[in-house]
Amino acid sequence: MTDVIHSNPVGDSEPSGASPSGSGTTVDTRAGGLPDRFDNPGLPEHRPRMADIDVAAARRAERQVAICFALSAVGSIVTIVGYFLVRLAEPTAAELRTSNTLIGLGLFLTLFGIGVGAVHWAKTLMPDHEQIELRHAVESTPEVKADAADIVTVGIDESGIRRRPLILASLGGALAIAPLPAILLLKDTGPNPGNSLRTSLWEEGVRLVRDPDKTPILASDIEVGSIVHILPEGLVVGGEFSYLEEKAKAAAIVLRLEVEEVAEAARPDSYSGLVAYSKVCTHMGCSVALYEQSTQTLLCPCHQSSFDVLDNCRVTFGPADRPLPQLPIGVDADGYLVATGGLKGTPGPSFWELG
Amino acid sequence: MTTTAAAPRAGAPQTTIDKLADFADSRLGAAQIIKGSARKIFPDHWSFMLGEVALYSFVILLLSGVFLTFFYVPSATLIEYDGVYEPLRGQYISEAYASTVDLSWGVRGGLLMRQIHHWAALIFVAATIVHMARVFFTGAFRKPRELNWVIGVLLALLAVFEGFAGYSLPDDLLSGTGLRIASAIILAIPIIGSYMSFWVFGGEFPGEAFIPRLYTIHVLLLPAIMLALIAGHLFLVVLHKHTQYPGPGRTNQNVVGYPLLPVYAAKAGGFFFIVFGVIAFMAATIQINPIWLFGGYDPSPISAGSQPDWYMGFLDGSVRMTPGLLEWSIGGYTLSNNILIPALVLPGLLTGVLVAYPWIEQWATGDRGEHHLLDRPRNAPTRTGLGVMGLVFYGILWANGGNDVIATHLALSINDITNATRVALFVVPPIAFIVTKRICLGLQRRDRERVLHGKETGEVFRLDNGEVLERHAPLSAEERWLLVQHDGYTPIEAGPAVDANGVRRPGTALQGVRRRLSNFYFGDSVLPVTPAELAAAHAVHQGHEAIEATDDVQHNRPAITSDH
Repeated sequence: MTDVIHSNPVGDSEPSGASPSGSGTTVDTRAGGLPDRFDNPGLPEHRPRMADIDVAAARRAERQVAICFALSAVGSIVTIVGYFLVRLAEPTAAELRTSNTLIGLGLFLTLFGIGVGAVHWAKTLMPDHEQIELRHAVESTPEVKADAADIVTVGIDESGIRRRPLILASLGGALAIAPLPAILLLKDTGPNPGNSLRTSLWEEGVRLVRDPDKTPILASDIEVGSIVHILPEGLVVGGEFSYLEEKAKAAAIVLRLEVEEVAEAARPDSYSGLVAYSKVCTHMGCSVALYEQSTQTLLCPCHQSSFDVLDNCRVTFGPADRPLPQLPIGVDADGYLVATGGLKGTPGPSFWELG
Repeated sequence: MTTTAAAPRAGAPQTTIDKLADFADSRLGAAQIIKGSARKIFPDHWSFMLGEVALYSFVILLLSGVFLTFFYVPSATLIEYDGVYEPLRGQYISEAYASTVDLSWGVRGGLLMRQIHHWAALIFVAATIVHMARVFFTGAFRKPRELNWVIGVLLALLAVFEGFAGYSLPDDLLSGTGLRIASAIILAIPIIGSYMSFWVFGGEFPGEAFIPRLYTIHVLLLPAIMLALIAGHLFLVVLHKHTQYPGPGRTNQNVVGYPLLPVYAAKAGGFFFIVFGVIAFMAATIQINPIWLFGGYDPSPISAGSQPDWYMGFLDGSVRMTPGLLEWSIGGYTLSNNILIPALVLPGLLTGVLVAYPWIEQWATGDRGEHHLLDRPRNAPTRTGLGVMGLVFYGILWANGGNDVIATHLALSINDITNATRVALFVVPPIAFIVTKRICLGLQRRDRERVLHGKETGEVFRLDNGEVLERHAPLSAEERWLLVQHDGYTPIEAGPAVDANGVRRPGTALQGVRRRLSNFYFGDSVLPVTPAELAAAHAVHQGHEAIEATDDVQHNRPAITSDH
């Protein structure tokens, strides 16, 4: 059905079935005595290189190769010297750089010298007469195919698997069940999630402390337009809670707006213009830590989801879908900021059971 | 040495080399192996070195990686740092991060090895992908090499995973943020996502289980699979013999080039050292991933302008591009299409299309023959157009992975850039296809023109009647051969929709699809000049009138029909 115009193989072709059409049809359609295709003119004449005809040139090439190999040896010495010259006991940045550069450049010379020498040797001094090797079709001959098919048939017959369907059925069943235990064993690589993806350390009465210095915050410490990164009090390395795991859910920010700027929905959980939000991105969990005061936008540096602080951290652009959950806040008896409840939503990335 | 080994026991081995040869042959059959392969012919072309660069980078990764394992501690346990790098002392960081900082600052050559490893990884993935592009654009994936193409696609995919795994092991702020994103992708998987995430991380993210697990995957599981695939890849190269570019003397039935011993032993062996040398030079002079500046992983802080390694960029870009409104809440469950589509479906589809491509094209050509001569990209205009379309599609995703950096450097709105790439992703690749295909067809027509009319000489002369003409010199047989050697394809023709008895033939709908596909590929093909056309052109030339190298010509040529 397709018109395939064959290449004309040159004289050394073999009838291997490797013609472009595969079916091996060679149609001799000649118009006016002319062949259908041009003939392959064959390998062009070999042109000798300088080193092939000029003894001096060959000797020069030999010297160049030897110089390359000698430079490699020099490189090895540079590396060894560099190793002993700079000791890295409490190094300064300059010492580290010197050590890295000396050892590295030495290694470069070692390797590059060998490489360039070998390639130059091959290109200038080794024979460059192009040689021809014939291809053989990958496909086997019909006889070999028939033999192979017979062997497989005999093997299957001798196993008796066709005559004894019970064996085949039971083996199939066993093989189908066999992977289950293996998969089951993998189940203990971790616990079930339970409710832990929805919860965080924030709850009523937990103080807001600064991240990273863990000091409590007076409401008056925060001015309009400034932002403070916060953690729940009591979250410390080696403390009763797993540190990074809880931090990955509880990291938050608190910032102060003009009281009248606070969105209607956020107002009940704010405290005199102070509003707090989870800073764990509802897209993929990065830290939404870039605050642009002029547009009152929180921006996630990973995928640029933008959240509008004046609109209860609704998504205004980017791949996130859910707003950042608000953290309800108030002050305790000492005037320090405390959570007045848990986060008003699930912090971090969405998951199937989220709903 | 081979002669002695080939005729053992003919006389007692004389020299030490003879004895060694005899030892090897009588135990390994070495003589037969040497006889069969040591003078094997390989064709020469610079583009064949791209795969070599990938292979050698992989070897360099194995070597430098082993060195790193001697010092790296795969543990996410937090410790109070007390190592050689003063600014971090007293901070709580993971043992993985601490050991990576210490091997960079306190081990001579440690930083160099880390930088060699990282540069080699970037070059490995880059060389793999450029090598793939070379194979694609020259049609080297055609029969009998389709399976080797599939192995190559799998290797490229694994290379990206392996790179990401390695990049995540230092457990610094940047790589930990990358893992946070990986955990979110797992969480987004419908039904089992949250369970899978807890299994993978051994509980809540980040946990202490993941770093050691990732280490095993990075140094054992993935390298072993990749090594096996590479072995298979190379075995098939030897089995099929290397493809070669067309040229005088080169046919579909031969390989023209130089023997393995000594030429390629020296050239390819030397090239390994050159690649290693260049990577060592980069590691010595160009800083990469200075993790001590980033700090250990902590979910709270983050740096602006966070960028993953380049090969993750296209995924990052596709995730950045996808609007959040694709996250759906259905019947009490959440389907995070805003993550699933760009991070899992898209790369899955790309891989699927790449794997299937050789058979798609084969279906369109109906050509089931073996192909050992490479195509000049212009001679496969549709394929070349599709390839460029794919690269442009990939490039737009990749560019959007740096939309924040572009925005800050060019003082543009990041939302505008993102919106622009959202549109460009669907508009620009088809344009790239059309433009590329037209360029290819134009080049093919120019080739025809050159064959029919010869080369321009710049010599202008005037006839008695006043007509001014330029003298054209005929091409030599060698010059002409390159322009006429390729196979021309025309679209598959439809068989009758009903058979001789008027019964509708089965599978006609599918054949219709096939016909349309074939027409898409070859509907406007430009066929190579035939000797008859050249003779006709010469005859006309006697009267100094040009014959146009247009499509009309192809219809006058004798049709050759084969039965498939």
